[in-house]
Amino acid sequence: MLVTESRLAGGFAVEASGLTKSFGQNRAIEGVDLAIPRGMVYGVLGPNGAGKTTTIRILATLTRPDAGTARVLGHDVVDDAAAVRAKISLTAQFASVDEELTALENLVLLARLLCQSRRRARERAHELLAVFDLEDAGGRLVAQLSGGMRRRLDIAASIIVTPDLLFLDEPTTGLDPRSRNQVWQIVRTIVARGTTVLLTTQYLDEADQLADRIAVIDHGRVIAEGTRGELKASVGSGAVRVRLLVPAQREQAQRVLAAELGVAVHAERDPAALTASIPAAGDGAREMTQRVGRALSELARSGIGVSDFAGGQPSLDEVFLALTGRPADPAPDPSTNDERAIA
Amino acid sequence: MTDATTAPTSDQALDAQSWDALLASPPAQHARALSASLTFATRSLLKIKHVPEQLGDVIGIPVLFTLMFTYLFGGALAGSTGHYLQFLLPGTLVLAVVFVTVYSGVTLNRDLATGAFDRFRSMPIWRPAPIVGALIGDAGRYLLASSLVIGLGLIMGYRAGGGPGGVLAAVALVLLFAFALSWVWTTLGLVLRTPNAVLNIGFVVLFPLTFMSNVFVDSDTMPSWLRAIADANPISHLATAARALMAGTPAGAQVLWVLGSAAALTVVFAPLTTWLYQRRS
Repeated sequence: MLVTESRLAGGFAVEASGLTKSFGQNRAIEGVDLAIPRGMVYGVLGPNGAGKTTTIRILATLTRPDAGTARVLGHDVVDDAAAVRAKISLTAQFASVDEELTALENLVLLARLLCQSRRRARERAHELLAVFDLEDAGGRLVAQLSGGMRRRLDIAASIIVTPDLLFLDEPTTGLDPRSRNQVWQIVRTIVARGTTVLLTTQYLDEADQLADRIAVIDHGRVIAEGTRGELKASVGSGAVRVRLLVPAQREQAQRVLAAELGVAVHAERDPAALTASIPAAGDGAREMTQRVGRALSELARSGIGVSDFAGGQPSLDEVFLALTGRPADPAPDPSTNDERAIA
Repeated sequence: MTDATTAPTSDQALDAQSWDALLASPPAQHARALSASLTFATRSLLKIKHVPEQLGDVIGIPVLFTLMFTYLFGGALAGSTGHYLQFLLPGTLVLAVVFVTVYSGVTLNRDLATGAFDRFRSMPIWRPAPIVGALIGDAGRYLLASSLVIGLGLIMGYRAGGGPGGVLAAVALVLLFAFALSWVWTTLGLVLRTPNAVLNIGFVVLFPLTFMSNVFVDSDTMPSWLRAIADANPISHLATAARALMAGTPAGAQVLWVLGSAAALTVVFAPLTTWLYQRRS
């Protein structure tokens, strides 16, 4: 396995401070600070419209910030944009390949743009198609490919020349679980060979699976930052979710659970559901497991029927609740969720 | 990298050797301006290959203009269509190609909204290459439109006194002017929000520009105020130059005039397009 210099050299792949950008009346980001170490997967987590895409577009030299500065791999994104572009690759939120060309033509075209000879460009394209399991799709128009294939092609197009920093803007949004796993596997493989990856996601699960460090972004600001462990500890490592047979008993159930668990219990949008965050690893967690057991038997003794019980990772809703004290904004209509649409 | 064809991506482990080979590629180099532009021109041509319907405008407009204006105005303006065709055809050539140029801006506007253009803009390539390349590709479209007008004209009875050389010279001059004019539409393509807006404004500009010229009638027949406009109109100069080249009569001054206006359009609108393109967010 290769370990490139960039990884050994350490230092930051991205250093941004006070990045601000407005599109007309809409303030997309308001003072984003980031320090992303080299050689890792860094996750930027947040709901639609939080400012993830705007942040990536500034770092990828596509958008000039109104205020603030950013250095990518040591180069200023405004003053030295050309040097940044030579070291990065961007896989944008919506397929950054040409829909009206075939998969093969896309890769050859991009390889040609990166100064490869006609012959070398074709070789490279075929190598990429093979490794990304797209050989059979090479001759098909991108518009005819499945979402998963298109995503893989998009990432393949980003490593025609191995970048030092790869931006992936919501790489798995809209993918089925199998395609999502493939993308995750690809990201792990790429980062293991020394490329730094900055990915944005709406899914805590994805950040948890892939990211070494995570920044949580909301309303254009970074509201929490840390390793997965740190972030989870601040949120609670898990959640308990109870769904009642009779919604009318929810208030009573909420009191019982709060008393037994000793933590705040929240009513969900689902009128029959309650959730509670439980603490991270350590003695607290073991004790909490016992308490969850006691709480369930207490519910049964009080005559409160439970139709569904689940323990697991906190959802993004719960992370937001813990970090901001309010639920994450309901996602707007997915067809209009492009932050650029406002511009 | 002979092992690149071994294990395909799967849900399990990815083939380590293939990946090592894949990610050990040489670093990026800055593509030279010309080679990057030509690559983008290839992109335009490939798109036409896959979606030939894109040629609807370059086929429809020349055929329609050549047939319609000749038979519509021929009898009334020149006494016979055959006689009128000798006067009109070089003007039809100008008209058809000039109208087709608007689609350069429409296409650019549509392209800018795609993720593919985001990728191009984040790559270490000569910045205007995507636009210059698209315009080079469009020159191919203009050539097709020109061939249709000339071919159809010959079938309908047009005879060029200047011979094939004169016709080629006229086509070359029209293409050059079209390339320069395209920069106006790419500028609009960057300023306006939708492809339709580019098309609408383009046609609103082009209708008076092309009709208030000597394409259809000699400007001597116009009232003096209109004649002043028509005589100053670069389209008139282009039509006069094309007529002279195709007829084999002296065209030097008019050709110079056209070259000058093409240069002026390019000098103003090419940098403006590039500037707007770079400042986009």
